[in-house]
Amino acid sequence: MALFNRQPIAPLEYTRKLWMRSWLGATLLFLYAPLILLMVFSFNDSKRNVVWKGFTFKYYEKAFANESLVEAMVNSLTIALLATVFSVILGALAGVMLWRFRFPMKSAVEGVMSLPIIVPEICLGVAMLIFFARMDWPTGLPWPLNLSAITIAHITFCFPFVAMVVRSRMASFNREQEEAAKDLGASEWQTFRDILLPHMRPGLIAGALLSFTLSLDDFVITFFTSGPDTITFPVKVYSMVRFSVTPEVNAASTILIILTIVLTAVALKLQGVKGIAETH
Amino acid sequence: MAGSLQDWRQHKRPFAAIVSAPIFWLVLFFLVPMGIVWLYSFGENVGPAAIEITGTLDNYKRATEWLYLSIFLKSLAVAALVTFICLIVGFPVAMAITFATEKWRPWLLLAIMLPFWTNLLIRTYALMMLMGQNGYANKGLGAMWDGASWLRTLVGLQPLEAWTPVQLLYNNFAVVLGLVYVHLPFMVLPLYSALDRLDKSLIEASLDLGAGHFRTLMKIVVPLAGSGIAAGVMITLIPALGAYLTPDLMGGTDSQMIANVIERQFKRANDWPFGAALSFLLIYAMFALVALQSLRGSRAKVGAH
Repeated sequence: MALFNRQPIAPLEYTRKLWMRSWLGATLLFLYAPLILLMVFSFNDSKRNVVWKGFTFKYYEKAFANESLVEAMVNSLTIALLATVFSVILGALAGVMLWRFRFPMKSAVEGVMSLPIIVPEICLGVAMLIFFARMDWPTGLPWPLNLSAITIAHITFCFPFVAMVVRSRMASFNREQEEAAKDLGASEWQTFRDILLPHMRPGLIAGALLSFTLSLDDFVITFFTSGPDTITFPVKVYSMVRFSVTPEVNAASTILIILTIVLTAVALKLQGVKGIAETH
Repeated sequence: MAGSLQDWRQHKRPFAAIVSAPIFWLVLFFLVPMGIVWLYSFGENVGPAAIEITGTLDNYKRATEWLYLSIFLKSLAVAALVTFICLIVGFPVAMAITFATEKWRPWLLLAIMLPFWTNLLIRTYALMMLMGQNGYANKGLGAMWDGASWLRTLVGLQPLEAWTPVQLLYNNFAVVLGLVYVHLPFMVLPLYSALDRLDKSLIEASLDLGAGHFRTLMKIVVPLAGSGIAAGVMITLIPALGAYLTPDLMGGTDSQMIANVIERQFKRANDWPFGAALSFLLIYAMFALVALQSLRGSRAKVGAH
């Protein structure tokens, strides 16, 4: 409708200019068209993916009947859940540490803390591979202990993100609240639980969602830390794409995309559109 | 805020309680593994599964041979090209989001962020499906070809030969396109946060005083958003330089990047010390880029990424 708006375009209303809109539209098309096509063709009743032959749930049934695919999905979700819990705890502590205290070599600690974020994934993956090989990390443990190496690697690259989010959230905390609580007789722990923690909560939620998606998304680092009996969903999809492209991959991918959308919707519900935009 | 920081000596117990766990984790599961890689890069294979750290520099010497150096330089060139394309595509997008109405802005931002949250492997696979021999990209090109052929017959020329599907995948073009597809949101978000902070009245003043839109863009917007642009460039360049998945799945035999060479040392060639040396060269290259960025004096604080 706005295209036919009679009001003249003000100088700063760049978004109302036609070429700007087309550019934005084309970019969004570029970003979304492949994903939408992938989802549409997961319902296509044809092995050869590209011509529409009719609607079917066949490949979803096949994906769910594929035991190793389901197992990989369960592994991925378990790892993501565990990594999120640990990352939120460690990240919250690290965020409070950087926000609250002055201590020797603080800038060095800050620098090292941001390294897992900027070191290329492949290097971190290699480091984890060598580390666990060198430590003779036990393999063949019963589920879910066999996922420990992957989970540890995921926590290492997730918790610095949580620390950053929590720290920037704490910057808006009013110190006087904490002092008031202590004046009124609260202990260190009570102050933390009743004053600091509630203020931190939006940061913790944002950090948790970030950790969960990062963990679920990771391929490279997991590829180096996973063994033959600890396959995660991205590693499984990788081998399926590599060796045989089947519509099952489309179905499984669609499930994961929907999971991402659901998570985003949860975040929206909890924080509102603006809140999400601000945490990035 | 600096004044309100507590000195750790006055609060030893809470400090110890808060600090120990994250520091312990960081040292044991990050610094120690990285340290072992660093030591391995000075090691030699002495048996099928035994590596001895002998302090040799042979791994680094081998890494600077032209074969590996050229792959390094090529990775850098590909990453730079990808970053440049992302900047050209992303800047107008960030502008459009910045100047969108209050109601639309968060939703547009969300639209940029959603693909960024979607699994990288799935996004790569989706793009591969589209670009395959029988994919829609080829069909679209075919339709355009037929259209051009038909136009030629209109003006009395010979029609073109029938369309043969082109190989869009498994070459350098596919790698660049794939990396742009994956990294575009990385560029748009910091650009947006820089443009959002810009004082809009300066743009208005420039336009009022008779400068055109393009001149205003080059003389006002770009210099003021400089730090955000630099941050966006870094955030795109660093992961693109270390990209593994996209060149592996979408590239051909001649489009491998440095990460693929590193992977091969660990999975197939089984030359861990050499792989460790290559890894550290990549990390040093990345440090150099970060140092270059802070030399520019622009310590942009851009969100969580």
